[in-house]
Formats: sequence, structure tokens, C-alpha cells
Amino acid sequence: MATTPQTTPNQDRLLFVLFAAAVLTAPLWASVIGAGYPDLLQKFAIFGILAIGFNILFGLTGYLSFGHAAFLGIGSYAAVWSFKLFTVNALPAVFFGMVFAGLFALVIGYISLRRTGIYFSILTLAFAQMSYNLAYSVLTPITNGETGLTMNQDDPRFIDNLFFAPEGNALPSTNLFGIEMTGFSGFYFCAVVLIIAFYIAMRISRSPFGMMLRAIKSNQNRMNYTGFNTRPYALTAFVISGVYAGLAGSLMAVTDPLAGAERMQWTASGEVVLMTILGGAGTLLGPVLGAGIIKYFENIFSAYNAQVLERIFDFLPDGIDHAAASVAGLFVGEGWHLTLGLVFMLIVIFLPGGVMEGFTRLRAKFSKPTVESSSSGSTTSPAKDSA
Amino acid sequence: MDALLLQLLNGLDKGGAYALIALGLTLIFGTLGVVNFAHGALFMLGAFCAVTLQKLLTISQRVKDESITFFDAYKEIPYLEIWYGETGTMIIDHAVPLSILFAIPIMLLIGLIMERGLIKHFYKRTHAEQILVTFGLAIVFQEIIKAQFGANPIPTPAPEAFAGSADIGLWLGLGEAVVYPWWRLIYLLFSAIVIGGVFAFLQFTTFGMVVRAGMADRETVGLLGIHVERRFTIVFGIAAVVAGLAGVMYTPILPPDYHIGMDFLVLSFVVVVVGGMGSLPGAVAAGFLLGILQSFASMNEVKEIFPGIDQIIIYLVAVIILLVRPRGLLGRKGVMEG
Amino acid sequence: MSILTVQGVNKSFAGLKALNQVNLKVEEGAVHAIIGPNGAGKSTLLNCFVGRLEPDTGTVTFNGQSLLNRRPHEINQLGVARVFQTPEIFTDLSLLDNVMIPAFAKRDGAYTFNWVPRVDGDAEMTDKAQHMLEDVGLADKQRMLAGSLSRGDKRRLELAMCLVQDPKLLLLDEPTAGMSRADTNNTIDLLKRIGERKITKIVIEHDMHVVFSLANKVSVLAQGTVIAEGTPDEMRGNPKVQEAYLGGAHI
Repeated sequence: MATTPQTTPNQDRLLFVLFAAAVLTAPLWASVIGAGYPDLLQKFAIFGILAIGFNILFGLTGYLSFGHAAFLGIGSYAAVWSFKLFTVNALPAVFFGMVFAGLFALVIGYISLRRTGIYFSILTLAFAQMSYNLAYSVLTPITNGETGLTMNQDDPRFIDNLFFAPEGNALPSTNLFGIEMTGFSGFYFCAVVLIIAFYIAMRISRSPFGMMLRAIKSNQNRMNYTGFNTRPYALTAFVISGVYAGLAGSLMAVTDPLAGAERMQWTASGEVVLMTILGGAGTLLGPVLGAGIIKYFENIFSAYNAQVLERIFDFLPDGIDHAAASVAGLFVGEGWHLTLGLVFMLIVIFLPGGVMEGFTRLRAKFSKPTVESSSSGSTTSPAKDSA
Repeated sequence: MDALLLQLLNGLDKGGAYALIALGLTLIFGTLGVVNFAHGALFMLGAFCAVTLQKLLTISQRVKDESITFFDAYKEIPYLEIWYGETGTMIIDHAVPLSILFAIPIMLLIGLIMERGLIKHFYKRTHAEQILVTFGLAIVFQEIIKAQFGANPIPTPAPEAFAGSADIGLWLGLGEAVVYPWWRLIYLLFSAIVIGGVFAFLQFTTFGMVVRAGMADRETVGLLGIHVERRFTIVFGIAAVVAGLAGVMYTPILPPDYHIGMDFLVLSFVVVVVGGMGSLPGAVAAGFLLGILQSFASMNEVKEIFPGIDQIIIYLVAVIILLVRPRGLLGRKGVMEG
Repeated sequence: MSILTVQGVNKSFAGLKALNQVNLKVEEGAVHAIIGPNGAGKSTLLNCFVGRLEPDTGTVTFNGQSLLNRRPHEINQLGVARVFQTPEIFTDLSLLDNVMIPAFAKRDGAYTFNWVPRVDGDAEMTDKAQHMLEDVGLADKQRMLAGSLSRGDKRRLELAMCLVQDPKLLLLDEPTAGMSRADTNNTIDLLKRIGERKITKIVIEHDMHVVFSLANKVSVLAQGTVIAEGTPDEMRGNPKVQEAYLGGAHI
């Protein structure tokens, strides 16, 4: 008998506290698996935020956007401009990143959401490609084209220069009221933002608004005949997830003040989709988990090179060790994307509910057979058109 | 006038490539109901069939270069040249057209394996899942090619006989300014022939009739006791061959690299949507139309008025068409709307 | 007093006349059956009431307001609920959610960005939905996924989803299509029970047994036109109806 998992407010509170604790202690436990350095931890947090936001649109509402990276890029550009024009403080940068991404999402979403299913996906893809192409060509005065947008010594930084005398000739680094946004302090800033982002996503997921989004994914036609105007619901979800992406983009700029157009490429959009699916679309923890797994393995796998592999396979007889090393070499280092593509396929084929579904299945195996089975089984059913 | 004609011609060959890829995408979507995001990768694999053949034909022996006398120099001479002399050189020179023969069985095999091994299991899954799994497959193809051939574009020239340009202007009495590279002209003719062939095949053979009926109403055809699925496997193979050939012939126009497929895929999808999901004539028409539009948009006169328009024209057109005519130019009602 | 008035409605598809000068008056509180042979235009007519189709000409007035040029959700907000031929439910949500969602639509309107409170913290909506599920006999399954229900139960659920909104007008499109005799009788009983709620109902039905058990008024549609109207008993003996609908056979 299929039943829906039901969480009580207390269970959710526990989940949130555990999540926050796990994130804040990440530098401790991540070092055990060799991921305890700040650059990687920052990536975990930033891509976690991106995936959480994407999940609100894809996992909850059932709209597969293939252009989400555009908002990531817009967030980064807005943040770097905030550093250049106003101040190197992180807060305004994050604010502008979110606002601009939100405005773009409002416009792009308003147009794209006039269609559903694959048409919606193509529309978002088209907008993202337009943004990417423009960022590379005519918008160069704003984006600095291929080189990417960076901070300069002679940037105006109006607010900084108004209140603080410029110190020396060094390029100031991004900070939060004096705390530099590099290293672990940068990670902790991202971590706190991630925890807030997770909390908001959790509220949305448990709220009537979240229920309506799930209902749109399940049966848009019924929603219309039930008295709901589904388009503003979907648009709200689109804008929220755009704002999340803008937030993630601005945090990228905060931890490393550089914004490039390649961040907007559609393969980058594909990566977000992958993270969400890998972890488990529609679940709360899944997207963060998926983002973490991908960034972790990307880091591990791309670190391997030919010599490392030769050493690993040294125990094999001569000849075989070289063969083994060269086969393995296909999948690591430069070939990391091959592994990624394969994992992607395997997940979609065998575990469409992602890692979270894997957990549920495992739990079901080890406990009594009457246990609930998850409702978030299938990854997605693109919302039905009312036409 | 001359400039316009030139841009029209320039758009046609690219349009031909779009049309060929979009044709396959539409065939697959119309028959199997599958959205194949790996179709661009098939184009790319076709292109690399040409690269491979060229490499095979030019397997060389290191021989001492006699023309250099003051130190020991070596040069590489292809075995073909050593064995067959002039004939060998000519074969090498014609690597690209020869690749057509080479690519057909390979692409057919890849197509059949892909359909039987993967796509078949996704008939009943959601479009989103189809997109995702074929997207994964495309990455896999791409990375294998990258591991094998490296990341840089590989020049694959057209046969010498087709180097240079055709004086189309003179033929049409328009003056000498209008010239068009021979190979592009050939590409245009080639795509027209392939498109014509596919349409004739669908129109005049029993097999094609069943496929068309299946595209229109799969269930009914299934009820007639005709085993549609087996035919659809072959359709997938054909679509793979068409995409592959489009890739083979495109190599002299654009040296292929591992992500050439992705670049074409995104545009081809836009083409399919503009033409109308599930409409074969729509896909072809939209392919040429968008190729030409893109060519016109890259004219300096146009770019002066709308800076950057050449970068976004196709997407812009797609957005507009999807909004005013959601079914595309020639799309059928109800396709992909449920 | 008539709650729904249809006047001179025409609708053609590609030159084919689906509805031809249809006039209809549905009295408040009535159970009004629309019967007719296949292709008579019954579903087309119903679709003109809910905003799925727009009539070419003519008027459809509900409670003094025109239903033309309104989108489905607006018509629902006016108090018109619809049961579909094949149940339209939220298959991957629980039964309780399925019934709460329409309750929210009734209370909060077509759109609210209500993201702070928890759904399960809303006692009013939960109680309402649970009572509704009890009414249709599905209370013990409220945590189940709607998609796992039997066809008959899905129909009950869809009915509960409509009734929880306390609609003024309930449209039932072949509510017993594809059901076993036992399920059909259960549904009739259920519909009779909700008959006590004074909800006006329009029933499109093939099954004469259902029509005669439920309806107190019958309109017969043939070739896009209302050819006869009256009580079920009057229709039973009407030769015109037998001619058009039953091909001369006796009921």
C-alpha cells in the first residue's frame, strides 16, 4: 500500500538542527574524507544553494529549466559590479545579485511559462543561450567578454572611498564588515546563507504554497478546474529559484571576485539539473547532497593524473598495469566528465529518485515490509498543459 | 542585390545541416515519442568518422627525406602513396567523400545499438527523463571523442578538385562579386538529396507508409497487427545515419571538435520547435529558414542597427514563434502539449 | 429560479456543427440530466460551461453572470465544480492533500503566496477535508497516494474534491462510466446523499438506470440540438426521444 511520508513539525525541527549542525561542522568531518579545505567547502555550500533553488522549480513544480545558469551568471556580474561601484562589502553584493537575478527571472519566467513541457525547457534554453552569447559579444562593456569581469585598482567604490581613506595601493579584498571573505571565514558566510536558504525552502515545501506547487506538477489541468490560477504560482516558483541562483552566483563572486560568461553556458545549467536528480528531485536534502557529491568527486577525480594512476596500479604485472592505468585514465583527470555522464545515465535509468530514493529503498529493505514507500519516487512529470 | 544573394547562399549550407539534424530529431520524436538530446552527438560522431578515415588513409611510413642533404631528415609518406602512387594520393585527397561509405554502416550500427540498448527502455518514461538520459549519453560520446582525438578542432579538407569557389554570379548573370565555395554548394546539394531521399522513402515504400501512419496514430497502427516497434528501431538507425552524414560532409566547412555536436544540437532543437514538433516538412523548412536568417543577421549593415543580433537571432525567432504560434510553423495539434 | 441559462449557443469545429441553437434552463436545486446519443454534443456543451471551449455565438449565464470569456479557474471561483469522465485527481499526493487543495482554493482564492504556515498546522482545512473524506467513505485511506486507489474510489475522491468547495453547481460528466454495477449503485447512493445538500447538479449520462434514479429533469440532445425536455417519466414515453436516442427501442 502506497502511503505518503508525513513529517511532523518536530521531525522537521530535528532535520533542520541536524542539517545546520552538519553544515557548520563541515570543516571537521569533511577533512576525514579529504575535503576539509575552504575552497571546496565554499563550493559545497554555494552549489547546495543553487540546487535547493532549482529544486523548487523542477522538483516541486515539475518545470525543467535548461537555462538556470543564466541567473547564476547574472548574480555574479551584479555582485562584481557592486564591488566595483560601491563597496567591497559582501552584503550589498549579495543583495544586488539576488535582485537582478530575480528581475531577470520575472521577465524570462513570465514569457517561458506561457508554455509547458519540453517547450518550456527550450524557451529557457533559448534565453540562457541569448544571455551567454550577448555576454560574450555586444555586452562586453558590462561583462568584459572573454576575459571576465574583475575588480580593478581604479574602480570608483563610492561608498568605500566616502567612509574610509583608501589604504595603500593594494586591491581591497571582499569582506563582511572587515572579515575577509576568503578561506574559512568565506565558507562560514556561505554556510550561514545555505542554512537560511534551506530553512526557507523547508518552509515553502511544508506550506500551502508548496502544496499547490506539488499539485501543479501532479495535475495542472485539475488545478485549473479547482479554481487556481496556476501561472502566477509557477512564476513565483520560477522567480524564487532564479533568486536562489542569483544568490549562489553572487556568493561565487564574494569568495572569488570574478565573473565570466562561461558560468552561463547551458552545460552549466545541465550540471544543476544533474545535481538535483542525483540527490533526489522533490526532496529537501537531496539537492544539497547531489551538489556535494558532484563537487566532491569532481575535485577528487580531476586530481588524478597519469603518474598517480601508474602508482596505484603498480601492484599489477607489467603491461597490465599500463593498460589498467590508461583505461582508468579515461575516467579521471580530464576525463572526469565522462564519469559524470555515465553516472548521470545510470541514475536516470536505475534510480530516478536519486540518492534519497536509494536511502528509502535501503531502509525499506532493512525494516519490516509494511513500511511506507516514498512519494517522491519518480523524478518528474512535466506539468500537463491545460489546452 | 548581390550581397543579399550571397547571404542567402551562405545561410543555405548551414541551414542544410540544421535541416538534416532536425529531420532526424523529428523522425525519432514522431515515431518513438522520444526527445533525443544525443542527436547532436551523432552529428559529431559522423564528423569524426571522416576524421578517422582520413587518419587511417594517411597512416605513414617514416622515410628518409632525400631532398635534404646536409643532415638526416625524415618525412612521413602515407603507405597508400607508397603502394599506389598517384592513385593513393587521390584516395587520400578524397577522404571526406569516401567517408560517406565508411560512415553509413558505422552510424547505422551506433543507431541500432543505441535504440535497442537504451532508448527502447525510455518509450514510456517522461520527456524530462528522456532528455536527461540522452543528455548523459551525449556527454559520454563527447568525452570519448575528446579522449581519443583531443580537444582541438581537426582540419579535414575537401578534395582539391572542390577547393575554390563557384562563380555563381556569372552563371546567373549577376556579376563576378557573387562567388560561393564549391564545397558549400556540394553540401547544399547533398543535403537536398538526402532530404529528398528520406521523404521519397517515407512516401513511396510500404515501410515508409507504415512509419508515417505510426507517426500519425501509433496505437491504431499497432492494433492492425503491424509490428511497429521493429520498424521504429530502423527509423532510429536511419536518423542516426542522416545526422552522421550531415556531420561527415560538414567537416571541410568547419573543422570538427568534440563539442561541435552540442553547438548544433541546441540550434537544431530550436529548429524543431520552430518547425513544429513532429512535422518533417516543418523541420526542413525551419532549418533552412533559420540558417538564412542567421546569415542575414550577421551582415554588417544589420549588425550596425541591432548590435549582437547575429548572436541571438535564432533564439529570438524561436521565442517569438513559440509565443505566437505554439505549435510551430507546421506543427500538428496536440503534439507535446499533453 | 434558474441558476444556469443557455441561450442560442452554437459551436462548430472545422465547419461541422457540434451545437446548434442550444437553449437550456437549469433550475436551482435540480438534478438535471443531459442525455443523448454519442456525438450529440453533450461534452461540447459541458465544456462551454467551464471555460474549456468558447461558444461561437449565444450566451451562457450562471447566477446572473456570463460565463463567456472566462478561464476555468475563474468559473470555478464563481461556484462551478466539475467531475471528469476519467477522474482528474492529484495521483502523487495523499487523499487528504487532494481534498485540502480545493478547500484552500475556496478559502484563499485563485492565488496566494502563503509560504509561511504549515499545511498540517491548519486545523480548519484539515478538519474540513477529513470530514469530507468521511462523507464519501474514504477516511481510512487518507494517507494513501491517490494514484493507488481503485477506479471507483478515484471517482469518489474526485467527487469529494468538488463537494468540499460547496459549489453552487456541480457538473458530472458520466460519473459512472466504466464502473461495475455495484460501484454504479454505490455512486448513485452517494450522489443521492449529497442531493440533500441542495447543490444543483447537471449530469451527463449514458446509463438510463442512473438517469432515472437521480434526475428530476431531463434534456435530450441530438445532433447538437435539444429535441425534448421534461421529467424522466415524460421522456420515457416520448416517441421523438425514442426515435433519436434509442433508435426506436423501448426503455
